[in-house]
Amino acid sequence: MWDWTPIRDWLSGYITPYWTFPALTVVQALIVMIGIILVMAVYTLAERKVIGWMQLRRGPNRVNLFWIPGLGQPFADVVKLIFKEILIPADANGFLFRVAPFLALVPALGIWAVIPLRPEHAFANIDAGLLYVLALTSMGVYGIILAGWAANSKYAFLGAMRSAAQIVAYEIAMGFAMVGVLMASGSLNIGEIIHAQRGLFGWNWTWLFPLFIVYFISGVAETNRAPFDVAEGESEIVAGFHIDYSGMAFALFFIAEYVNMILISALTSIFFFGGWLSPFDGWLSSDSWLAQPSFFWLAPKVFFFMFVFLWFRATFPRYRYDQIMRLGWKALIPVTLIWLLVEGIMVYSHVGPWKGHP
Amino acid sequence: MQGIRSFIKTFLLWELLQGLWVTLKSMFQTKITLNYPEEKTPQSNRFRGLHALRRYPNGEERCIACKLCEAVCPALAITIESDVASDGTRRTTRYDIDLFKCIYCGFCEEACPVDAIVETRLHEYHMEKRGENIMSKDKLLGIGERYEAMIAADRAADARYR
Repeated sequence: MWDWTPIRDWLSGYITPYWTFPALTVVQALIVMIGIILVMAVYTLAERKVIGWMQLRRGPNRVNLFWIPGLGQPFADVVKLIFKEILIPADANGFLFRVAPFLALVPALGIWAVIPLRPEHAFANIDAGLLYVLALTSMGVYGIILAGWAANSKYAFLGAMRSAAQIVAYEIAMGFAMVGVLMASGSLNIGEIIHAQRGLFGWNWTWLFPLFIVYFISGVAETNRAPFDVAEGESEIVAGFHIDYSGMAFALFFIAEYVNMILISALTSIFFFGGWLSPFDGWLSSDSWLAQPSFFWLAPKVFFFMFVFLWFRATFPRYRYDQIMRLGWKALIPVTLIWLLVEGIMVYSHVGPWKGHP
Repeated sequence: MQGIRSFIKTFLLWELLQGLWVTLKSMFQTKITLNYPEEKTPQSNRFRGLHALRRYPNGEERCIACKLCEAVCPALAITIESDVASDGTRRTTRYDIDLFKCIYCGFCEEACPVDAIVETRLHEYHMEKRGENIMSKDKLLGIGERYEAMIAADRAADARYR
């Protein structure tokens, strides 16, 4: 995240100016992808560590890297997975079986194009950023459904069906929560959404607190994480949709799931906690470095929500399927609808952050 | 009233927050796991691990082939054959313990009138080849000779209670 001109100049020495922009985009995309995947690798370790600590265990601490116990564990896991054979069941639909992991992973990584990681900088600063996010999160479901269907196994199919119904249900609540964010910011552009929030108590989480709770809960459900992980359901349907995948094909689903978790954490901090805005903004004078918006304000927020994902998993037992459906349709959606009404009244009567609205 | 209170409690996710608080607290508690090869839990002197056959200090085998251990063994892991030795005493010619059958109950040790068969503290052993699970008389006597000091100390520490 820096000034790209030196790299652009360096690239233009090798390729014609026409290709410089695509080449630069590829370089930027690679940097973000590698960064995200490295974070994801450490996140898998953090998950095992945090859940271990919460169960009074120590977590993995045998593979050392840079003298930190356990830090090498994700990389050792990757090496193991790369050397494992990718089995394709005889009765599986070979093409879809091979394509499904990518259908899960590509949207998960693609959404990062519109996430502004540092102030005023997203790779694609598009005006309909929020719609892009909604569209791509829904795309990720296809990977799961196709994986479950193509494997031609009852367990995988059950997992895929569960996942499909669950994500349809929670997508609605999530969409409504995003509508609340839209009403607060008046823009679909993610940078604008961040700018519409001001000061620690002016961030959306205060006025849209119920929507924030609903958004995060549906985010947990969308990523098929505990306590909503019925799509995997180790104890009921063995491993759900990815039961027949092995080696790196399984790892792709794994990466997609964790990237999605990081993404939901990032979106939650952007929509409700002011993204890269400083919590001291408005309290300290604006030339203090603490009040400056920066990537280093976004990162702790994202890490906190990533931790909450793990915290949930260590705490809650898995919901029964009908309970998930009841929560989605009969609790979360009404809550969002009511709060949208309340918010509409607040906007109409110019209360709180909507004072200045026309 | 009760209904309204429970509705509000459910809605504020009160019990879920309580659960989260429990896990957060335990995250900072001292961990019980030991880093096994480096750290070990304390072991009782009554620990029942790998078997051994003992000898008297003058080198004479303790075992008199009474076959009480064979009779008491609930897993039928012990096989004994005996004969008259050259000095006229009754001795085992074969004393096999199948470690795969053995359930480490310690009955053989209890049954032995001369403290010949004992179970030692050793529990970190492994087999690399098929058939190594049979502990023959030679192997058992070898373990007994090698760890006699430890075995004797453990028996002495427990003697009051036997």
